Amino acid sequence: MNFIALKMLTGDRAKYLGIIMGLTFASLLITQQMAIFTGLMTRTFGSITDMGQAQVWVMDSKVQFIDDVKPMQSTQLYRVRGVDGVQWAVPLYKGLLKARLANGAFQTINVFGLDDATLIGGPPEMVEGSLADLRRSESVIVDEVGANGRLARPPSSPGGAPTPLRVGDSLEINDHRAIVVGICRVQRTFQSQPVVYTTYSRATTYAPRERKLLSFVLVGVKPGADAQEVCRTITHATGLSAYTRDDFSWMTIRYFMKYTGIPINFGIAVLLGFLVGTAIAGQTFYNFTLENLRQFGALKAMGADNGMLLRMIVLQAVLVGAIGYGIGVGLASLFGIVSKNTELAFRLPWQILAITATAVLAICVFSALISIRKVMRLEPAVVFKA
Amino acid sequence: MIAHERAVLCENITKVYGSGPDEVHALRGVDLEIRAGELLMLVGPSGCGKTTLISIIAGILDPTAGRAVVFDHDLKQMPDREKVRFRGRSIGFVFQAFNLLPSLSAAENVAVPLHILGKPRKTALARAHDVLKSVGLGERANARPSQLSGGQQQRVAIARALVHEPKLIVCDEPTSSLDQETGQKVMQILRDVALAPDRALVIVTHDARTFGFADRIAKMNDGVIEEIVESAAHL
Repeated sequence: MNFIALKMLTGDRAKYLGIIMGLTFASLLITQQMAIFTGLMTRTFGSITDMGQAQVWVMDSKVQFIDDVKPMQSTQLYRVRGVDGVQWAVPLYKGLLKARLANGAFQTINVFGLDDATLIGGPPEMVEGSLADLRRSESVIVDEVGANGRLARPPSSPGGAPTPLRVGDSLEINDHRAIVVGICRVQRTFQSQPVVYTTYSRATTYAPRERKLLSFVLVGVKPGADAQEVCRTITHATGLSAYTRDDFSWMTIRYFMKYTGIPINFGIAVLLGFLVGTAIAGQTFYNFTLENLRQFGALKAMGADNGMLLRMIVLQAVLVGAIGYGIGVGLASLFGIVSKNTELAFRLPWQILAITATAVLAICVFSALISIRKVMRLEPAVVFKA
Repeated sequence: MIAHERAVLCENITKVYGSGPDEVHALRGVDLEIRAGELLMLVGPSGCGKTTLISIIAGILDPTAGRAVVFDHDLKQMPDREKVRFRGRSIGFVFQAFNLLPSLSAAENVAVPLHILGKPRKTALARAHDVLKSVGLGERANARPSQLSGGQQQRVAIARALVHEPKLIVCDEPTSSLDQETGQKVMQILRDVALAPDRALVIVTHDARTFGFADRIAKMNDGVIEEIVESAAHL
């Protein structure tokens, strides 16, 4: 009977393609929108991911997310270093400063000041130069996207392409000269501002004068020590907040989820995809069943029981579901590949594929259920009506 | 055709549709016996209860009262699941509108009852080809219903009704969608191929030109059988 079910389904080419299109649309929209949402959310904690050496982040207790910097007194660094379980603790400056470009325009940049001695927290990948070059005077390392884009030098001729910032070029940060000694590759940040690395002491000279300049303390825990336990000890001993890398990332995500309209906007798009997919696929599948009701009636009269017809309809639903899901997810992945080197945030972990599969399955189950109900209630005597 | 065994026994069958003021009495105490090896025609005006009666005999409709016994199986006593299985095994159907699956070939359509009985596809298709040959459509086995004429489609439907060798074949207006010549051919096939000493045929029809193919004719009117005659000549 499986063979008959499949022939019945594919026999009506227009409806068959209509159902698949509905499911493809739903699958594509759900996957693509969730992947962009996940990509955006990943960008919110991109800096935390980049500073992988730090197992624990220590900050003012009022800090809500990575960009919500509430500077601490520099003496807090020494208090943290004295806590049990802390193997090392280094200062980190993080701030939004203004860079003056060669054409006189100003560009906001995200400046990270790394511990002068260890340079812990540096970029994960150097494209040109080395991290140690930061020890040279007035040196900074600029991220590749910023160097090629917002920090690029003006075109040499009118209408020409801007010249990317290169090693040896200089910038002016808050009236201080900075020389580019390296180009790095980092995760894109949520606001997509250029990222500039320098030493902690130099960053504090760039920063406007303030009594407190220590943004975060990055901590490595002793081998065998539990990072969560070390966080609790630091909080207890210093009154500061301390989070593991993962906890701080989630805290940042939660902030964006709670205080921005991003989840609602993307949630609506995902919901629309689900509803439109359900409407198209459900309606078409239902119509398909209605049009075949007489055939189902004939099968019932000829001895096909409800279980047999149920299996036929479920098989039809599963087949169109699998094809629609495959095409939709494939198209979404293609979209991700095409937009890989653009500003667009796109991240497609397996969880999204699982969620989309569940959504498509739900649409198929719904479509099948409304159709099955009709077939189950069908009197086989209908076949004797002309 | 000499009839021996009793194929169908209907005892005081009544069927009421709806209730209260909308109540419709489709059958009002029908008694009928059909013998194996005979072709019985149910005739009468529209709405007299012919289709209701064959639906009950075929086990796809329950009577309000009375009972139908088909080859010693009391359908009233049979649980629904068993009745469905019994239909699949023992009854063949020929419908007025053919009811062939448009996306299947003629052979695949004929094989449907065997698929329902769980026969392997290859075996079912081989048998379907054989039966199609017996109704003169061996060379059109791979044609879709849309590629066949009305008469050919009805012959495919007859082959489908025969393929699992049922004991009872019920036909609802098998010639009403066909022209006279094609209708006569279809009836001839039913008579020659479908009828067997251990099998009974019940045909509901309006078509007086086909009465000559019947062994007996049951004349129905207003939910009762008024008269049963041995041959068309008696009408």
